[in-house]
Amino acid sequence: MSNRRAAIVAGCRTPFARSGTVFRDLTAVDLAKVCLRELIERTEVDPASIGTVVMGQVVPSVKAPNLAREAALGAGLPKSIPAHTVNRACASASQAIADVASAILLGHVEAGIAGGAESLSDVPILHSRRMARILVETQKAKSLGARLAALAKVRPRDLVPDAPAIAEPSTGLTMGQSAEKMAKENGITREEQDGIAFASHRNAWAATADGRLPAETCAVHVPPAYETTVTSDNLLRKDTSLEALAALTPVFDRRYGTVTAGNSSPLTDGAAAVLLMSEERAKAEGYEPLAYVRSWAVAAVDPGGQLLMGPGLAIPMALERASLQLSDMDLVEMHEAFAAQVASNIQALQSKAWAREKLGRSTPVGRVDRDRLNVCGGSIALGHPFGATGARITTTLAREMKRRNAKFGLLSVCAQGGMGFAMVLER
Amino acid sequence: MSETGAFTREKDAEGVLVLTLDVPGERVNTLGRGMIAAFESILDGVGKDESVRAVVIRSGKPDSFVAGADIKDFTRIRSAEEGEALSRAAHAAFDRLEACRVPVVAAIHGACLGGGTELALACRYRVASDDPKTSIGLPEVMLGLVPGAGGTQRLPRLVGLAAALDLILTGRALKAPRALEAGLVDEVCPAPILVAVAKRAALGLAEGRVRPRRPGIAWRERLLRPIIFSKARASVLKKTGGHYPAPLEAVEVVRRGTAASLPEGLNLEAEAFGRLAVGDVSRRLVSVFFATQDIKKDAGYPAGTPAVEVTKLGVLGAGLMGAGIAGVAAEADVAVRMKDASHEALGRGLEYVRGVWEERLKRRSLSRLEVARRMDRIAPTVDYSGFRRAELVIEAVFEDLELKRRVLAETEAATRDECVFASNTSSIPIGEIARGCRRPAQVLGMHFFSPVHRMPLLEIVVTPATALTAIATAESFGRRIGKHVIVVRDGPGFYTSRALAAYMNEATWMLEEGAAVEDLDRAMTGFGFPVGPVTLLDEVGIDVGAKVAKVMHHHFGDRMAPPPAMEKVLADGRLGRKAKKGFYTYDGKKKRVDGSVYALLPGGVAREPVKAREAQERLAFAFLNESVLCLQEGVLRSPRDGDVGAIFGLGFPPFLGGPFRYLDHLGARFALETMEKLHARHGARFSPAPMLVDLAREGRTFHASGH
Repeated sequence: MSNRRAAIVAGCRTPFARSGTVFRDLTAVDLAKVCLRELIERTEVDPASIGTVVMGQVVPSVKAPNLAREAALGAGLPKSIPAHTVNRACASASQAIADVASAILLGHVEAGIAGGAESLSDVPILHSRRMARILVETQKAKSLGARLAALAKVRPRDLVPDAPAIAEPSTGLTMGQSAEKMAKENGITREEQDGIAFASHRNAWAATADGRLPAETCAVHVPPAYETTVTSDNLLRKDTSLEALAALTPVFDRRYGTVTAGNSSPLTDGAAAVLLMSEERAKAEGYEPLAYVRSWAVAAVDPGGQLLMGPGLAIPMALERASLQLSDMDLVEMHEAFAAQVASNIQALQSKAWAREKLGRSTPVGRVDRDRLNVCGGSIALGHPFGATGARITTTLAREMKRRNAKFGLLSVCAQGGMGFAMVLER
Repeated sequence: MSETGAFTREKDAEGVLVLTLDVPGERVNTLGRGMIAAFESILDGVGKDESVRAVVIRSGKPDSFVAGADIKDFTRIRSAEEGEALSRAAHAAFDRLEACRVPVVAAIHGACLGGGTELALACRYRVASDDPKTSIGLPEVMLGLVPGAGGTQRLPRLVGLAAALDLILTGRALKAPRALEAGLVDEVCPAPILVAVAKRAALGLAEGRVRPRRPGIAWRERLLRPIIFSKARASVLKKTGGHYPAPLEAVEVVRRGTAASLPEGLNLEAEAFGRLAVGDVSRRLVSVFFATQDIKKDAGYPAGTPAVEVTKLGVLGAGLMGAGIAGVAAEADVAVRMKDASHEALGRGLEYVRGVWEERLKRRSLSRLEVARRMDRIAPTVDYSGFRRAELVIEAVFEDLELKRRVLAETEAATRDECVFASNTSSIPIGEIARGCRRPAQVLGMHFFSPVHRMPLLEIVVTPATALTAIATAESFGRRIGKHVIVVRDGPGFYTSRALAAYMNEATWMLEEGAAVEDLDRAMTGFGFPVGPVTLLDEVGIDVGAKVAKVMHHHFGDRMAPPPAMEKVLADGRLGRKAKKGFYTYDGKKKRVDGSVYALLPGGVAREPVKAREAQERLAFAFLNESVLCLQEGVLRSPRDGDVGAIFGLGFPPFLGGPFRYLDHLGARFALETMEKLHARHGARFSPAPMLVDLAREGRTFHASGH
């Protein structure tokens, strides 16, 4: 590659809210619009200098499948800026950031916006396949008689909606079941999982109380009455204790399971985005970048095995591309889909067997220092709007690196389909 | 310039002659005297040319068909007979058009108004483009006239009595879909294929394949004629207070004309047109129209001064004014950053803006999508982020000098040096706000009126330090959001608040002296103001009024001394409508005078009867004299600006032409005599303006063309 560098100039997100609460009546496009608009306002970037907008969304709306374009237009960006939406499951926003970074490194654009949004309050609810067929026939019917005849085929069971489940299409296993499987196979205890969840809440609360997270967050005035303004995340809890977490019943395997609502990320609505620029442009415009993209990698495992082990492959790849060691990392952000998944990947990174069998190397990748991990909390405490999480993590990591004057930072996101994403940032 | 140059003729292989109207050198087509003659010669040509099977009339202007008659022609009419003749000339031409040997089809895209609509009505068939810019109407009544080229007769015969009266009496224009519903046009199609569709219809008519249904006036309407016309008359009287003869004449012309033959009806129309054209009301309304046109060319800064295009507007304060300003800006496709101290205040502001548009959504004049798009353009904030990119910042914070100075200092820190800062104060001198600021050249006043989306005036207030580019930037922004803009010199109350303060002060003195609230309000609505002074005081807020009164008293001394009782009214917690407690009550369904307020005034509940004439004289002359002082002191640049400001900002009766037109009508000598009489009775408040004294002595008028 050339000697260009992609700079992370700024990031911004909406508050993250439990699905079905304050953002119940908004769409992912609505949330993304506010987020992009605020990012532009706060950075006071010349909107015309933006070369591309890439956004992630995992459960797209049938009405606005290209969320990035709708959000960019709605946010008042010039209509001449192209925009596309990516889906790499939960790593979508990270993929969007990688796409924009690529475009900058290739010299295709000097600046771009990357992020993502998700509204799990606004998932498409489908008719059954049979019902859909009947409706299509009705629409095509040429006469009233034919129309009625088609409609007459409707049976009560056809009216049962087909809601999407968060399950692997290739295995039929839900995410929670996959996490449960990993916990059992890797011997991750309930205590360890609850410990990760507790740290997530504790760190998130501290970073909220001292203003670090609020500084990344913008207010959302909720239409149509605008009586509610959402200014903060509504999932994290100040009062969580290990005891309270231990008291929760496992959700996916009530009898032998260890994965609970407390040590999993909840269904969440929200949007997040970052502004990237080439190093030269950022400096010319007088911005002091938060961090630079050093390297990234995407990898995949067999979804029929342990589904969420992608980071265990992607992290060493990204480190190798950066010519750095895990021990060089001053800060690590790992997306917490489930505490069991975080623990499993950490375990893999320090495992000789994993290194030998999966990576073809003799030494383990290294140890993840828990004190440097998710220092502002993670997805368990803050929530996980699928399409947005990657941008939240990148913003938090980059800002925290700048605050601490850290040299290197690592982030990873596990994703549906057995995929994992990792990125190394530098300053 | 030969007006035949306004037409190009192009005949296609099938024998359809397309006439393209394109008046050279003008932005829009108008139907001048010469144009009518040219039209006749073309009709002669069509009569002789056997190969012409049909005619299509279209416009060569990008977004207008025919914008109406040339209004300058109206001003040259010296007698009713001349006016009548002008109307008859148009009748003759359009009669010939209607009787044309071959079918004539109007292809309408863009504004089709007045004479343009009458031209289209004389055609056999009308096709309109579905473009939002296409609108069809008869706005003559707004100039104190009735349509004079057949509109009052052909329209009711085409669309029926009720629909025609609605258009003629309100002057409102219809968009293409509504025009189709009303039967005013026969087809609506996309603009790019308009001429092709019109040609096809023309050929269809020629070959007898297309036979438009022309049911004329429905039997139901014929039966209900007496009710329709008496209702129309009543609603006109209610709306105009009897001050405007044109709509009443229009009702009569339609009523009598539709009961008779078309030629007889056109005859009635011509007579009415002639009468009205030389009447005072039409003359004054036309003068107001020209004043608004003229003001665009003489906008308060040298022509050629560079204006910065406002792509982003900062608004400080999300109250009624701030949100209102944000709304009109977003409507004009300007990105808005609206700041207030709290999210609650921002939320209320956003809701207010949305409410304005939701109302239009209900009336179907706005789509849901467009409402959402506009809302997207307003970005609320509690800090100054995003202001760096603003070319203009308008503050609409609480009316407090220290607060305004503070937000000016904050704005200067948050914006670029070229950014213009405008205060929406209604009374604080701009110079006082700008004192000690860093960029006084970039500071001016932009005085909007409430509700912002409805009030058509913007008063720009400039200090000696204000840069010309800043004025040009603010003025062109004001015009872009569709306001009439006057540029006035800085001073307490500028022009509008000052003239209004004198007027309101006199009203409160009359209350103090024992007048009843309803007597005063009735007198002034009778004079032609849209609302009475006491109602207005309740609306504006009695506290706000008192604040302005104090400022005025401070600067102008005894002339503006407020009556003592107003303090008591305020002390009673009467702030006006916002507190649901003022001179009127606001809890019941119907607004009523709150009798208990009289206990706070001298004289108590027993009010002295006041003659409407006395109230009108005192209040109007307080207003007129203050206006003259503003002109004399150079606050106003011209009598024209005073007329436009008073009419569009304060609701001064348009049929009087504005304070200066009205003074010219009364005559300076008579005005001075009245002032001296009032001065003798009521003292310093009526010291005649020296300029009025001079004019009276020299027998001059304010306007060069005063009459």
